[in-house]
Amino acid sequence: MKKTILITDGNEDLALQAKQIPELKVKKRNKLELLFLDIGNATAFVLKVFKNIIGKDFEFKQFLKQCFEIGNKSLALISVTGIIIGLVLTIQSRPVLVNFGAVSMLPGMVAISIIREMGPVITALICAGKIGSSMGAEIGSMRVTEQIDAMEVSSTNPLKFLIVPRVLAATFMLPLLTLYADALGILGSWIGANIKGDVSFVLFIAQAFSGVEFADLFPAVIKTFFFGAVIGFVGCYKGFNAGRGTESVGKAANSAVVMASLLVIIVDLIAVQITDLL
Amino acid sequence: MIVSPENSSEHVVIIQDLNKSFDTTHVLKGLSLSLKKGENLVVLGKSGTGKSVLIKCIVRLLNADSGSINVLGNEITELRNMDLNEVRRKIGFLFQGGALYDSMTVRENLEFPLKRMFKDLSKKEVDKKVKEALENVGLPDSIDKMPSELSGGMKKRISLARTIIVDPQIMLYDEPTTGLDPVSSHEISLLINEVQEKYKTSSIIITHDIECAKTVANRIIMLQDGKVYKEGKLEDFENSDDELVNSYFKSQNITNTKTI
Repeated sequence: MKKTILITDGNEDLALQAKQIPELKVKKRNKLELLFLDIGNATAFVLKVFKNIIGKDFEFKQFLKQCFEIGNKSLALISVTGIIIGLVLTIQSRPVLVNFGAVSMLPGMVAISIIREMGPVITALICAGKIGSSMGAEIGSMRVTEQIDAMEVSSTNPLKFLIVPRVLAATFMLPLLTLYADALGILGSWIGANIKGDVSFVLFIAQAFSGVEFADLFPAVIKTFFFGAVIGFVGCYKGFNAGRGTESVGKAANSAVVMASLLVIIVDLIAVQITDLL
Repeated sequence: MIVSPENSSEHVVIIQDLNKSFDTTHVLKGLSLSLKKGENLVVLGKSGTGKSVLIKCIVRLLNADSGSINVLGNEITELRNMDLNEVRRKIGFLFQGGALYDSMTVRENLEFPLKRMFKDLSKKEVDKKVKEALENVGLPDSIDKMPSELSGGMKKRISLARTIIVDPQIMLYDEPTTGLDPVSSHEISLLINEVQEKYKTSSIIITHDIECAKTVANRIIMLQDGKVYKEGKLEDFENSDDELVNSYFKSQNITNTKTI
C-alpha cells in the first residue's frame, strides 16, 4: 500500500494520533526546514505588500490614523527613554573625561553617540516592543475572530486596508520619533552635565553640535526608515499569519517583538558596515 | 469576465465533486449539492465534517482542491480577483462569532461594506440604509455603540445587519445560533426567516442546532465524512430510521423533554 506522508510541523498530539493510522507515515519537519519555510512565507508576504503599496486605492485615512497611533502613542515612552539615555551616558562618561582633562568634549561625544547609534537603536527597540507587539496582537486577534475574512468577503483587500498603512506608518514615523528621542537625549545630557557641573544650555548645545556633521546625521536617519519598515513588516506578518486559537494571538505578539528586535540589531550591523565603507 | 447566470432560474449555487484537504486530512470528499433560488438549505453535521469549510469554499476564503462551485452562473474556482469581488457583492456571509470590527462603532461596521461595494452612494443614502438595516434586526438604538458593549445575541444581529445591508442574493450562515441562549437562538432563527422573506434571499445555514434547523429549513442536508449522507425535508429526517439521523433528532427531543 502506498503510504501518505503526514507533516506534523512539530504538533506532538497530531503526530501521536497519526501514528495510530496504518496508511500514514509520520514525518516531522525539523527546525531548519521550518525556519526556511517561515523565511519563504515572509518573503512572499513582503512582496505581496509591495505589490499592494504600488497599486491603486491607497488607504490614506488609515495611513494617517496609523501614523497618529504609532507616533502620538509612543511619545511618552520615547520621551522618558530619550532623557534617561542622555542622562546616563553623561553621568557614566563624565568621570573618565574629567580624568583626561577633556570634560569640554563631553557634549560633543554624547551628541555623536546619541545621534549615530543610541537614539536610533534604542528608539527602534522601544518601538519593536510597543508597536510590533500591538500590531501582532491586533491583527492576530482580527485573524482569530474572522474579521480579516469578513473584510475579504466585503470585497476589501486586507493587505491594502490593514497591512500597507501600518507598514508605511511605521516606516515614516520611526525617523521622526528618533529625531525626537535624539533631541530629548541631548536635553537629558545637559541635565546630567549640570548635576556635577555648571554649563549653560546655549553653550552645551553649541559644544554638542560643533562636532556633529551631516555625515553623522544622514546615515543615522536613513537606517531608521529600515528599522521602521522591519518593525511594521514583522508585526503585521506575525499577526496576519496567526493560527486559529486565541493562544496564537499571544504567540504572534511575542514572536513579533523578538523577531523585530533581532532584525533591528541585524539591520543596524549592516547599516554600520555600509556607512563605514562610504 | 463574469459569465451570465445559466441556472439562475432554479439554482443559485451548484457544487459538484468538491474536494478539500488540509495537509493529509481530507475534509470534503467529492461533495455535491445545490441551492435552489429562494430556499433555506440547512447543512447539518458533526464538528469536523467540513460544514464551515464548505461555505468558505463558496466565497473562496478557502481554495477548493478540485471540483466545481458555480454561484449565480459563475465558476468561483476560476474567477480572477476582480470578478470574484463582483460575485462576493451578491453573497452575504454571517460568521460564527459575528466578526464585527472591534475598532469601529456599529455604524462604522455597517458602513464598511456599503461604502466599499457601492462607492457612489451619498452620505444621506448610506445613513438611511444603516438605520434601516438596524431597524430590521431590532437594534436601532445601538448605532453608536462599540462591539465590546454588545451581548452575544446583539453582536449576531448587528453582524446580520452588516450582511443584509448590501442586499445580497445569497446568504451563508456559519452556525448562527452557536453560543447563544435558547431565547436568543430562537430570535436569530426567526430573523433568518424574516431575511429570507423580506430580501428574497437563498440561504445555506450551517448548524448543529436542531431547533434552529426545524425553524428555518426548507430542505436539510446531512454531512458525514466529507460527503452528503442524507438529503430531504424536515419530515424525512424526523421520521427516519437511520441511526445517525436519529442520533441528532431523537437526542435533541430527549434534551427538550428533560428541559420541560
